[in-house]
Amino acid sequence: MLIVLLTCTSHATGRGAEAVGTSQSAATKKTTAANNPIPQVALVNEHIRQHWAANKLIPSGAATDGEWCRRAYLDVLGRIPRVEELKRFLDEPAHDRKTRLVNRLLGDDYVEEYARNWTTLWTNLLIGRSGGAERRGLVNREGLQQSLRRAFQRNMPYDRLAFELISAKGVSKPGEEGFNGFVNFLAGNLQENGVQATAKTSQIFLGLQIQCTQCHNHPFNDWKQNQFWEMNAFFRQTRPLRRFEKGRDVAAIELINQDFAGENNRPEEAVLFYELRNGLSKAAYPVFVDGAKLKSDSGYVQEVDRRTELAKLMIHSDYLAKAQVNRLWGHFLGYGFTKPVDDMGPHNPPSHPELLDTLAQEFKTRSYNQKELIRWILLSEPYGLSSKFNPKSRKDDPALGEKPMFSHFYLRQMRSEELYESLLVATEAQNTQTSYEQQEATKREWLDQFTLAFGTDDNEETTTFNGTIPQTLMMMNGDLINKATKIDKGSFLHRVASDSKLPNAAKINYLYLAALARKPTAQEITLANELLALRHGDPAAALQDVWWAVLNSNEFILNH
Amino acid sequence: MSLSYLPQGMTRRHFIEHLAGASAMAVPAIAFAGALRANAEDLKKRHKAAIMLWMGGGPATIDIWDLKPGAPTAGPFQPIGTSGGEQICEHMPLVAKQMHHLAIVRSMSTREADHNRGRYYMHTGYVPNPNIEHPSYGSVVSHMLAEQTKQLKLEIPAFVAVGGGSVGPGFLGMTYAPFVVNSDGNVRNLKMDVAAARLSERMQMLASLEKSFVKQDRGQSAQDHANILEKTVALMTSKQMEAFKVNSESEAVRDRYGKSAFGRGCLMARRLVEQGVPFVEVDLGGWDTHSNNFKTLGDTKLPELDKAMSALVSDLDERKLLDYTAIIWMGEFGRTPRINGNSGRDHWARSWSVVLGGAGMKGGIAVGRTNADGTDVETEPYTSQDVMATVCKSLGISLETTFTSRNGRPMKIANGGKVIKELFA
Repeated sequence: MLIVLLTCTSHATGRGAEAVGTSQSAATKKTTAANNPIPQVALVNEHIRQHWAANKLIPSGAATDGEWCRRAYLDVLGRIPRVEELKRFLDEPAHDRKTRLVNRLLGDDYVEEYARNWTTLWTNLLIGRSGGAERRGLVNREGLQQSLRRAFQRNMPYDRLAFELISAKGVSKPGEEGFNGFVNFLAGNLQENGVQATAKTSQIFLGLQIQCTQCHNHPFNDWKQNQFWEMNAFFRQTRPLRRFEKGRDVAAIELINQDFAGENNRPEEAVLFYELRNGLSKAAYPVFVDGAKLKSDSGYVQEVDRRTELAKLMIHSDYLAKAQVNRLWGHFLGYGFTKPVDDMGPHNPPSHPELLDTLAQEFKTRSYNQKELIRWILLSEPYGLSSKFNPKSRKDDPALGEKPMFSHFYLRQMRSEELYESLLVATEAQNTQTSYEQQEATKREWLDQFTLAFGTDDNEETTTFNGTIPQTLMMMNGDLINKATKIDKGSFLHRVASDSKLPNAAKINYLYLAALARKPTAQEITLANELLALRHGDPAAALQDVWWAVLNSNEFILNH
Repeated sequence: MSLSYLPQGMTRRHFIEHLAGASAMAVPAIAFAGALRANAEDLKKRHKAAIMLWMGGGPATIDIWDLKPGAPTAGPFQPIGTSGGEQICEHMPLVAKQMHHLAIVRSMSTREADHNRGRYYMHTGYVPNPNIEHPSYGSVVSHMLAEQTKQLKLEIPAFVAVGGGSVGPGFLGMTYAPFVVNSDGNVRNLKMDVAAARLSERMQMLASLEKSFVKQDRGQSAQDHANILEKTVALMTSKQMEAFKVNSESEAVRDRYGKSAFGRGCLMARRLVEQGVPFVEVDLGGWDTHSNNFKTLGDTKLPELDKAMSALVSDLDERKLLDYTAIIWMGEFGRTPRINGNSGRDHWARSWSVVLGGAGMKGGIAVGRTNADGTDVETEPYTSQDVMATVCKSLGISLETTFTSRNGRPMKIANGGKVIKELFA
């Protein structure tokens, strides 16, 4: 009896779900064409199409609306859509459902979730996944997160955000007088005369990897050793003052600027020396990567605040907007215009130089509004393509080292944070009982199992959440999955299984929509039926098996 | 439904039921296994393997393997004699007694003095290139020794990284990715919560999902995921996982290796090699001594290294495994001969040392020479490629091997490095 019910799949999930799995309507297609009403979107489409034509590529067809909705939620909010969110999207008029969803994702409804996701992304970018974990370290992770979260909540213009992070002064820990969480970016990078601060600032904000020129010039890198040390000279007034707790642990630091006497003790012209490969010493004063000098090389903070001057030079340079456009494009499309996204030097030419320049210019013109930039990318034609190859797009495979042409959407695995949040959403686990800080702490504890720090001066780390066995073991047997597949009273599966309004077929449907944003195929229904028979007709147990399998699938973990 | 998804051992009955139509083939396969076992016992004694001791951060080799007493660049450590022909640091007395098994290559000269680039270069023989990902040592060796691994019926991963992240498989694919474990030998989430039969039923459902997604032709990562699932299930049900359990060794053995994470890692490496794992990398970090180099080395790093490394070499030797097991000791680079203002040494790739031994490589010698203050190599300089070629030769891997990267480019094994001849004299 139950088996018969399971095979009948239609009607149950509401009108909207009908469209899942079908391809896009003509009306939706029209909005992604080169004549898109948003000029920047039209511009992206035009440039991308030119490269398709030049490379004799035919793009894949459009992704299904369900796939598109899933990827938009993952990429903007860091999680998959809830069933009701998916349905709402699919219930809207086809010709502008994407625009409406983008407006919602970037609007007031999701301001908190948006801020949470981008805070996570930027915290990892600035201090890594293990930053702030050291007992005697100088970095306060919560402090950085608090300031970033506030910035993303109000969509702080990107140039402002960069300025704040580079020029930050104040106390690292929330709740302390003079608190400024942005100081936590530089706080952990000032040892050894700020070599890491120099390298990371250039890499993250300018897309320039100058760190290898620290010791000598490199044949494959156009940056010269003097440029590294001239950039480094901007950080020589910066000091982290430790404030101790119980006599030994660092409770907080205060990041200050103090007079720099120079290595020859002449503060009015404060110099530093670096060593050439042949053992000779050379002098360096602050000079920005584009050659701009300061009006004075004085080390007195009263006369020149070197770090603030650097922040000003950075936000007025072309590098800043380009680096951020490249990073965001890479975030949404899977590959940036350069690989890696933060190495944009002359030795590593971008795949779409004109598009990169134009988008950067637009971004600048629109006051570095990050949500605007995100909107243009989300509504662009390449973002809406299917991840399936076609015979005429096969050679466009950056995984093989080719320059990306964006003729189809590139598969990529969810990050560990995205998986965590997605499992919470998929199992409708409500986070209302605990505070934001507690939720973040629980998540961090779980995430820590995957992070491996190399313990080097540049705070490098790696993750075992990389598609290898430890990750698969966690997905098959780990606590989080055990919790997600529980059938006790009050659990997600229990609620679905005991919902008397839902016939069994609709229950299976519901699980597929919740995890994969699509309905099950006929074959999948048959398999679910077999499982039901094996579970002696116990729908909760059968749902448990189906749910476990769906959550462990490549289709679930891969953003497609 | 791919049959290979079925967990081994526990679901045989279920497995055979599903195989009803194919049972005629199953019987000879079982008979064949008996013959294979005898063969495998014999092979186990002689199988090739390599253990890399990775010194993350870049060790000051001028204070360990190539001291410069009297030079302005010398640190406070004194050289001591060894069982080989050369002298090493006084804080390595136990390793000194094993030096007849090991060779120091003192003429390493490389160009990568950034951790990330140096780690990549020393692990792959190639400098980082945005257009291609090269396979690391463990991936290359486990790929090249795949036939041996098959004969040994290895069910656990062929490339194990203990306590560190190593470098990935690049274009060789996720099959040859490092399996990263902690040195305590506890593999997380290994235990499944459901009965074996039910797991196998779930796996069938999952296999069907995997397969249909792979078929949709969305890219390699869909297939990679399916492959890793298969390996994971094999691992979950394998008795060979015992090899990770260092705590099952006697107190005396564990003492011999030292009760440090690195000591446990080295002991685990020996157990894994005995089990047939062809490549194990054991990580000892903390060498990035920009400050307090001598205190860090003398008080903690060197005693820990000395105990574990000497135990590993002598234990392998006693078990007759050293003749077939290559040992590679190295980091991403050396450190500046010049001592900085914080009693530290900075990154330095121009003149430094690595240590090799086992698998037929000649011990008791030092290859190459640096100048009086250690700032330059005076003899033929060696590179990452050369070390890799030398290790490959010791393992019987042909240096004529050329890989084809996924985009069809030919890639010479060890980037065409030259064998360090003195090690095979």
